[in-house]
Amino acid sequence: MRIELRDMHKHYGSIKANNGINLTVEEGTIHGILGENGAGKSTLMKVLAGYITKTGGDIIIDGTVKDYHTPAEASIQGIGMLYQEPLDYPPLTVLENFMIGQAKGVSNQHSLFREKLEELIAHFNFTLDPDVIVKYLTVGERQQLEMLRLLSLGIEVLILDEPTTGISDLQKEALFNSLRKLASEGKSIILVSHKLKDSEALCDRVTVLRDGEVTGSMEKPYDANELLAMMFGEPPLPSTRSAVDYGETVLSMKNVSGLGERTGLSRCTIDIREGEMIGLAGLEGSGQGVFLRIAAGITKPTEGSLSFFGGNMIGKKLHAFKKEGVVFLPASRLEEGLMPDLSIQEHFALKEGGSSFFVKWDEARAESSQKTEKFRVKGTPDTIAEALSGGNQQRLMLSLLSKESTLLLLEQPTRGLDVESSNWVWWHLSKYCLRKTAVIFSSTDLDEIMSIADRILVFFDGRIIKDVQRDETDARELAEAIAGRV
Amino acid sequence: MQEKNGMNTSASIHDKAIVRFSRDLVLTVLVVVSFTTLIIVLSGAPPLAAYYHIFKGSLGSWVKLGHVIRVWIPLTLCTCGLLYTFRIGLWNIGVEGQVIMGAIFATYVLRFGMDGRMATFFLIAAFVAGVAGGALWALIAGYLKTKGGVNEIFAGLGLNFVAQGIILWLIFGPWKRAGIASMSGTELLPRELWLSYVSTMRLSPLGLSLALCAIIVTAVMLRYTKIGLCLKALGSNPNAAHIFDLNTRLYMLLAMVFAGGFAGLAGSIQVTGVYHRLIPAISSNYGYLALLVAMLSNYNVWIGPVVAFFFACLNVGSIQLPMMLQLDSSLSGVIQGALVLAALAVHAWRIRARRIAEETWN
Repeated sequence: MRIELRDMHKHYGSIKANNGINLTVEEGTIHGILGENGAGKSTLMKVLAGYITKTGGDIIIDGTVKDYHTPAEASIQGIGMLYQEPLDYPPLTVLENFMIGQAKGVSNQHSLFREKLEELIAHFNFTLDPDVIVKYLTVGERQQLEMLRLLSLGIEVLILDEPTTGISDLQKEALFNSLRKLASEGKSIILVSHKLKDSEALCDRVTVLRDGEVTGSMEKPYDANELLAMMFGEPPLPSTRSAVDYGETVLSMKNVSGLGERTGLSRCTIDIREGEMIGLAGLEGSGQGVFLRIAAGITKPTEGSLSFFGGNMIGKKLHAFKKEGVVFLPASRLEEGLMPDLSIQEHFALKEGGSSFFVKWDEARAESSQKTEKFRVKGTPDTIAEALSGGNQQRLMLSLLSKESTLLLLEQPTRGLDVESSNWVWWHLSKYCLRKTAVIFSSTDLDEIMSIADRILVFFDGRIIKDVQRDETDARELAEAIAGRV
Repeated sequence: MQEKNGMNTSASIHDKAIVRFSRDLVLTVLVVVSFTTLIIVLSGAPPLAAYYHIFKGSLGSWVKLGHVIRVWIPLTLCTCGLLYTFRIGLWNIGVEGQVIMGAIFATYVLRFGMDGRMATFFLIAAFVAGVAGGALWALIAGYLKTKGGVNEIFAGLGLNFVAQGIILWLIFGPWKRAGIASMSGTELLPRELWLSYVSTMRLSPLGLSLALCAIIVTAVMLRYTKIGLCLKALGSNPNAAHIFDLNTRLYMLLAMVFAGGFAGLAGSIQVTGVYHRLIPAISSNYGYLALLVAMLSNYNVWIGPVVAFFFACLNVGSIQLPMMLQLDSSLSGVIQGALVLAALAVHAWRIRARRIAEETWN
């Protein structure tokens, strides 16, 4: 089937996730969609798969305009999508999952579908066992199951969203072979990825998106540099920042691994010194979050050693990390950082701690009105956190920080903030560095990291694959590392 | 919706909340009145007469008012206790069993003073034991929750059955009256171990003052102390506990202790001030009813006692119905249940309406 997307738009309020995208996928080819975080790849594919409704534009299948609104209707058109998170029923067996949506009527059709499933498994050289409960499968195996289910539903166009994240090399090889086979049988494959290597190895043609628009497309053989330029734009000029004298080693990690997100964190070794401003680059969910939470004492590492100023922290409670002056600010402010129903004043009262039985409301009120003014939080002491805008929530969180912290861990501190708010946040954080506090922040914006951080760590698939001083690298090198090329 | 008190929210938000609350209340009452009227009509009785008898049966005389207040006391105590657990987001269904255990512990102590000597000492000791009994029973559910990850609703429900089993076993076994074991309970306590009461209303001033104290203590605890603030914070967002270095488990257990303690106090008053013995139905379902009261009062410490009073009137007033109108007295249960269901429905409906409004706006 030949798919043509014409002038596709998807807007969320004032945000244009897709802004006039044109794209053609020929029958029997593997087409790659490349782009960094937030480029609009997943949105575009979810529209094509009927998962979300488009704001404007046409989907043209084999020359005729089609209109559908649900994934079920999309699959009738022959379009199926493999999501990043498998959508299956973990307590059921592989065979039962396979039968869902296919088996009709009341008769027991197990043997019929078993035959069908085993045939498909053999056809693609997969390693699935029909009788295993799905929750015991690896991500890669669940992917195989979902793919076979879609194929037996009669899918002609298969969309895969970041299929190689979190699966083993062997499974990746099996997946790629099966995709090549499908393409040779006349199916159209669309591969959404941020990994250059995968796209180079597999795709006949790639289209690059940035900020909701197509920035270019290319056929085999690929020029990696040109693709990177399309993905990340022109490299920004590095801003100059006065050098700070670094002090003692604050945090030291050796071979630390941990679970979380999709990739986890594997064998991370690093030393962080006083006064350093460190930016964590990489695609969202490549292990930065796990790294920050382990350093904060929230997630316990599965192996390795962790110390603060030389003192061992493995096996210590969260409270011990707090006592060392470690502060963590999560990206999801209302979910993990603030108390949505509590007022600004109550937040200050809560932070105060102390041993008195009664809350000193007068002091909390005085402190909150003083701090809201100093931190430009637009709200009164009685405003509840939920009613604040994103930028004000972020400033409230910063205003709650103790000045005596030794290590600040910030997860995407400027997410959702406008330029002015972001600048204010960085200006404020730079003061911490001058006081010898080590600051580690993650960001999905490479430009931001380049202009703020002294030292940059690039995460890829749960590992730190690059650790450089800002002055010794450039945007191209970092972009390559983010896409998995070192 | 948490309680919004004047100092914590800006005036405009406060006003809006009050307008919303009153609008919902009117709507809820309308739904309930039409529903109950329908039921009464279907059972062949004149609705107005039924409402009149409920009113007259509860507030028609001083004796009846005394009766209402006797129901109001344990209901209010349980409601106050539940405010602590609701604050931190726990559903302490086990409050019923906590009342029973409070009554059992109090009775255990009183049985040593059956000769009537040192009555004051035994009464005080019985109250302390009752509070401890309720708190202990709540702590078990709390530990199952914090250590074992057992949902407090299931733990509480299970412990209610256990408490009911224990009280039946005691009344028909070790604590039975000499020669007879019956549903009417253990041997009557000597007069010296009864809470003193005003004879015209058969109402114990001590019980009433304890309930009033409970309201004030709870209001102060929730509003002016660190504990109250931390309970509210953890109830609002347990995932942010690490930011403020709060010990979630500790506060959960603390909330359970408060809830169980107040319930145990209610049980002790039931023994010493109302029945003067241990009976199988000592808790009279006041624990379960208090859950409804707390929900209906929007978890507000000042509205709670008002709703509790209304529920007590319904309970006492409907006793008249079988005699006067050949209606079953369980009509009060129907009204109370319908009230809570209607309140929840109105609340859910409003949230849904708001979500739809937001979606169309986007």
